[in-house]
Amino acid sequence: VPVSDRIVIVGASLAGLSAAETLRAEGYPGELVLVGDEPHEPYDRPPLSKAVLAGRTRGAPWLPRTRELGARWLLGRAATGLDLGRRRVRVGDESIGYTGLLVTTGASARGWPAARGGGLAGVHTLRSLDDARALCDALDRGPGRVLVVGAGFTGGEVASSLRERGHEVTVVDRGPGPLAGALGRTLGGFMSERHRAAGVDLRVRTTVETLEGDGRVSAAVLSDGSRVDVGLVVVALGAVRPTGWLRAAGLAADERGLCCDATCRALARDGTPAPGVFTAGDVARSPDPDAPDRWRSLEHWGNAVEQAAVAARNLLRAPADRQPYRPASAFWSDQFGLSIKSVGRTEGTDAELVVQGSPEQARFVVVHGRAGRTVGAVAVDEPRALAGWKYLISGDIPFPPPFTAPGAPRAAA
Amino acid sequence: MRVLIDMNRCESYGQCVYAAGAVFAFRGRESLEYDRVPPGHTWADVRRAASACPVGAIRLGEAPEDGVCR
Repeated sequence: VPVSDRIVIVGASLAGLSAAETLRAEGYPGELVLVGDEPHEPYDRPPLSKAVLAGRTRGAPWLPRTRELGARWLLGRAATGLDLGRRRVRVGDESIGYTGLLVTTGASARGWPAARGGGLAGVHTLRSLDDARALCDALDRGPGRVLVVGAGFTGGEVASSLRERGHEVTVVDRGPGPLAGALGRTLGGFMSERHRAAGVDLRVRTTVETLEGDGRVSAAVLSDGSRVDVGLVVVALGAVRPTGWLRAAGLAADERGLCCDATCRALARDGTPAPGVFTAGDVARSPDPDAPDRWRSLEHWGNAVEQAAVAARNLLRAPADRQPYRPASAFWSDQFGLSIKSVGRTEGTDAELVVQGSPEQARFVVVHGRAGRTVGAVAVDEPRALAGWKYLISGDIPFPPPFTAPGAPRAAA
Repeated sequence: MRVLIDMNRCESYGQCVYAAGAVFAFRGRESLEYDRVPPGHTWADVRRAASACPVGAIRLGEAPEDGVCR
């Protein structure tokens, strides 16, 4: 069947919906097909580890629609094959031709290895709505102590929600403190206290060796030799990107994501752009604008929305009119009653300084330095301070910054 | 009606909480939580909340018609 203007979007979550709405907003009149491996229409993931898990909301966090898409939806079905030369994507037993393809398949939770107890009942991950519902059901059955493996954003939010529900919680993290990897030592130390104050049994600089049980998990053996009796485990060790079908088609893809250029064109393994294929969101692995030989995939909500819009516009445009995507790194998390937000680079930095408030007041801003420049900022319960720091960081200021708020401590962390 | 807040933009000014307290609420001092699918009787308040937001962080939209994904 010959194809005239059919765009297929594989991945029907936040980025896929953003791309679809952008295509229509730009006046794309042709066929639109959305493929999603989950059986649900697009929803928002951040509430899953917060309000949904804590049981404060009964409904699902469906995403608002701003326009009629007039799309054909293939939900509960994964794309399994791709022919770049003939421009066809395989979905189940259907082969769908395309003029343009957008890959917005996102990421999946990294599971626990089967050889160390990953196959036991009661071992969960939390990424999808169905994951959240399964976890809530398991918690409703009164599992006893819950083990959270990993204290990044998801692990911390899960621990917070579980304490709110009244569950006994042990958190194990290999780093020096919760969020230390993503947001630095100051946050790591501060969040350690918050976890403990909320009644979490926090084990830092520790890993889980193995999960044990007779069919169902009943204990965890930790790297310090201790053994914890647990009835439920939530593995929060980050994400992988399932890209086998893309790799098999000859694209530059692995579990870190699908490589693309600055205009979001997906790249073949030889580094040339694949004709008509664009990518965005968690799955897209883009060149770092500050270090073009470095590639990175950003697991940010804002990135999924904005990169998908840029990718969709570039797909419609002639090559000379395509715009490069400039990622704006921004995170947020709500846990243990705190608003935690960051801008810029806060990972792999070499210095930190509290420039406003103090951890003792549980209200502060800490800025990050790297090679003598101020490159990022984290605000705890100070959301109104961050826009200013975002602006200052974009102006390339030295570290330590040449000013601080009145009365702010100036000791380097 | 469906609601979505861009939390990168939100600065917790709380105008939405004043305008539509049944839909938007603070947890702790600065963490905002909200009902993404608010009941019909709150829609006028939610529209007022969206226009009152000083940073324009509140997006309103609809559910897809007829329950299909459109």
